[in-house]
Amino acid sequence: MLIETLIAVTFVAALVVFLTPEAYAPQVAFALSLLPFVGSLFLWTRFDASGNALLEGSTVAFETQAQWIALDPYAINWHVGLDGVSFPLLVLTTVLVPLAIMSAWTPIQERISQFYGLILFMEASLIGVFSTLDFFVWFVFWEAVLIPMYLLIGVWGGPRRKYAAIKFFVYTNVASLVMFIGFIALVFGLGDSVNSFDMPAITQALHDGQLSGFAGLGPDMLALVSFIAIFFGFAVKVPIFPVHTWLPDAHVEAPTPVSVLLAGVLLKMGTYALLRFNFTMLYDVAATLAVPIAVLGVFSVIYGAMLALAQQDLKRIVAYSSISSMGYVILGLVAFTVYGIGGATFQMVAHGLISGLMFMVVGVIYNATHTRMVGDISGIADRMPITAGIFVAAAFGYMGLPLMAGFAGEFLIFLGAFQSTVLPGAPLFTAIAMFGIVIVAGYLLFAMQRTLFGAYRLETDYEITRAPLHDVVPLFVLIALIILLGVDPDIFFTMIQDAVDPLVELGGGL
Amino acid sequence: MVTDASTWIALAPVVVLAVTSFVLFLADSIKPGETNNALLAGLSLAGILGALAVSVWYFFTGVGRPEGLSLLADQVVVDGMSLFFTFVVASVAALVVLGSYDYLHDHPHKGEFYSLIVLATTGMALMANANSLVVAFVAIELSSLSSFALVASLKHNRGSIEAGLKYFLIGALSSAILVYGISLVYAVTGSLQLDAVAAGVAETDNIGILGIGVLMLVGGVAYKTASVPFHFWAPEAYEGAPAPVSAFLSSASKAAGFVIAFRVFIEGFPLETVVGLGIDWVLIFQVLAVVTMIVGNFAAAMQENVKRMLAYSSVGHAGYVLIGLAALGGGNDVAVMGAAMMHLLVYGFMNTGAFLFVALAEYRGVGRTFEDYNGLWHRAPIACAAMTVFLFSLAGLPIGGGFLSKYALFTAAIGAGYWWLAAVGALASALSLFYYSRLVKAILIEDPVREFDVSRQPVGLYVAIVAAAIMTIALLPAFPVVDLAQAAASTLLA
Repeated sequence: MLIETLIAVTFVAALVVFLTPEAYAPQVAFALSLLPFVGSLFLWTRFDASGNALLEGSTVAFETQAQWIALDPYAINWHVGLDGVSFPLLVLTTVLVPLAIMSAWTPIQERISQFYGLILFMEASLIGVFSTLDFFVWFVFWEAVLIPMYLLIGVWGGPRRKYAAIKFFVYTNVASLVMFIGFIALVFGLGDSVNSFDMPAITQALHDGQLSGFAGLGPDMLALVSFIAIFFGFAVKVPIFPVHTWLPDAHVEAPTPVSVLLAGVLLKMGTYALLRFNFTMLYDVAATLAVPIAVLGVFSVIYGAMLALAQQDLKRIVAYSSISSMGYVILGLVAFTVYGIGGATFQMVAHGLISGLMFMVVGVIYNATHTRMVGDISGIADRMPITAGIFVAAAFGYMGLPLMAGFAGEFLIFLGAFQSTVLPGAPLFTAIAMFGIVIVAGYLLFAMQRTLFGAYRLETDYEITRAPLHDVVPLFVLIALIILLGVDPDIFFTMIQDAVDPLVELGGGL
Repeated sequence: MVTDASTWIALAPVVVLAVTSFVLFLADSIKPGETNNALLAGLSLAGILGALAVSVWYFFTGVGRPEGLSLLADQVVVDGMSLFFTFVVASVAALVVLGSYDYLHDHPHKGEFYSLIVLATTGMALMANANSLVVAFVAIELSSLSSFALVASLKHNRGSIEAGLKYFLIGALSSAILVYGISLVYAVTGSLQLDAVAAGVAETDNIGILGIGVLMLVGGVAYKTASVPFHFWAPEAYEGAPAPVSAFLSSASKAAGFVIAFRVFIEGFPLETVVGLGIDWVLIFQVLAVVTMIVGNFAAAMQENVKRMLAYSSVGHAGYVLIGLAALGGGNDVAVMGAAMMHLLVYGFMNTGAFLFVALAEYRGVGRTFEDYNGLWHRAPIACAAMTVFLFSLAGLPIGGGFLSKYALFTAAIGAGYWWLAAVGALASALSLFYYSRLVKAILIEDPVREFDVSRQPVGLYVAIVAAAIMTIALLPAFPVVDLAQAAASTLLA
């Protein structure tokens, strides 16, 4: 009942915030968002999972299972539980939301209670996405995340918010529909060998070769078509080239706290779902398609970084670099080694913290200067020394400075990808992807050099003052967490490895 | 013919509604010079909720299960199906009466309006119980005649009058077709009671005349449910009518039309007999379902007027429910029909809610186009949140019961072997997200265009909208009631 309580508490918190008067909403929302955070820490003390939740022989933490709708031919169950893959992402969510709420105190000045209410509603749905083990319920939560995000961008966003919100909504909903149909077709193809949308049961049936044809497709063809449909659905979310174009628009128009959650958590829904569905349930199809997927992943790394290099808007730079970082995650997944998949999962958390931090820093600078264009600002390190210092630290985290979380994630991915037996030509792919780090260093150093250092100059009519304390506190918390995870990756990597080991054994790999 | 008290007790929901409508006439004539809106609305609501409560009570105590109760010389029947649809119709009517309380505050003929609403509800509830073609026709006419007057009830509004006239003319034509079809069936089978019709159908050799009769019955059903090819009246009538009446017609009248279709075709023209005769009404409904889904959704996507958009979307939803008839005979009948019934139930709440939101907008003097709805969230956050729930649920996003009922409908069609019906439905549904989200964008994201009157708080409308929203959301976790719908369907199909 602990997961249900966590979700319910967050939902109730959202309702309370909706009804709170505008004057108190920021503080009330922050205080209430600490409840799920404390709840997830409490779960950590009792976390006893072993193995991968979708595979046989695992112990799922806090598992509950009950029938919800006995609809023929496949029942819908309420089935929740956590394992080493999902738990770190749950913690990431509950950590980032309070920090994002605090970072919203300055920029969000209208329809305040509705803003925070939607953030908490989205958090509740995100907890559901990471903890549900029934496809149908999972899909309900998955879609429930999109609606608040659509409104958060569309109502509180920048000048082109309407365009960005609609683009986000259309992209993600088309993707969801394709993915939903692909997965339902797969389940129908399993015939009588499963009787519900229970994800572990479906995984088991698929691994036992129970797939028969559906709608005129033979088993192999059905698996391939479904894999591609599902992959497309999640690729939009990650996003992977060439379905990434919604992301820069959404990020640029979204207010800072929304960008933090979009980059920090929502993109990870895509990679998490890829890991669960494509690389766990249909790992054999993933192995046959390893080369094209790796090409997409590596291309995203280089292409995203090149695009970031060409941008003048600080937020666009960070947004495109997210595409690049997510490319590493794809490479790690497709490698199908313990370090590859484990590193990819670790990178999801690490990138969630680092990109969240980057967006917050850019937001703090914007709050003071009211511009994000690289050419408009210069030498603000003198006026905002703390913010500038954290900007430098976060950028080095992004570049993969050792002893910071990004280094651990990327190093593990490269190590795992290099050893891959599933991916032909793995060393070559890895080498090309590593080149992406050089470009990252290039654009981040270039942007910092021009904005932070040199003679002070500001093209807008604002006087820079020290950032308020509530803008800076989240930055310190995040940088501390990034260093903590960098120094001791085992905080999460032990449980991640525990969940990844049985998966990798399936592929006969290392 | 023996009628004892137990007959009327079994028919209590219909009786309560009929009595209520007469009480309303009476109450309104006590003091001819003045009307007491609160009293009239309260009486109507009490009567409708009474009928609703009785139907729920009967349903859960198992009245009419597993065998339906045949009453009045088998002319009417009380079973799970009839109680289920009485519940749907009465729920819609209750929401509409609540909304009308505010909408009618300066309307001169409140007494007539409420009693016509209750009278139309009586007709619809009787449609759910009709077990013979003649009772079905009388019930359809009772609800139709009341509806014509309701649509034209804004006597000084040209749009309302025009809509009422168009609705009446098409209604009269459809009634003529229906009654002519009934007479042809009677000529062939020598009977009007549905079981006797089924027996007559099995023995007849007048296949041609029977076929024309069945075709005309399909036409009557298409009119009542606003399906292609008799859907033209719907956008006109819904646009011109007072919005609560549009809500009532598009939700309750549609549900009542479908219960007639389910009972008449399954009881009167059993598939196992008529397919052998070459009168395959499933085939007709398959064509109608596909065309209705496509026409309704594409036409809705082209609209600039909110009410017309909702009207065409209501045509599209009739197309989804037609799958409930079109996918019969595939070995999955109970699931197919149960899902169609669930969709009508969910639709009853989400569509009524959406039209009541339009009623709220009309009450506030907001215009009719999408642009006029821009930025309403600044003025009415609660109603707009509810409207978002209605629209996304209508589109089939999993924020309300609409997602599960569509899913159940499409998977049931796949289970019956008609995967192409499900495919058309899924595509139409994806298209519908486009026009529903346009309205969401207008009310939530666009900037407001102008101020409007907020002097009087329409409490009744708000209560109705919020209640409909709560029911729409609640039907997502409470979807297991699909078991009850299937139980009701299996009684009919047995």
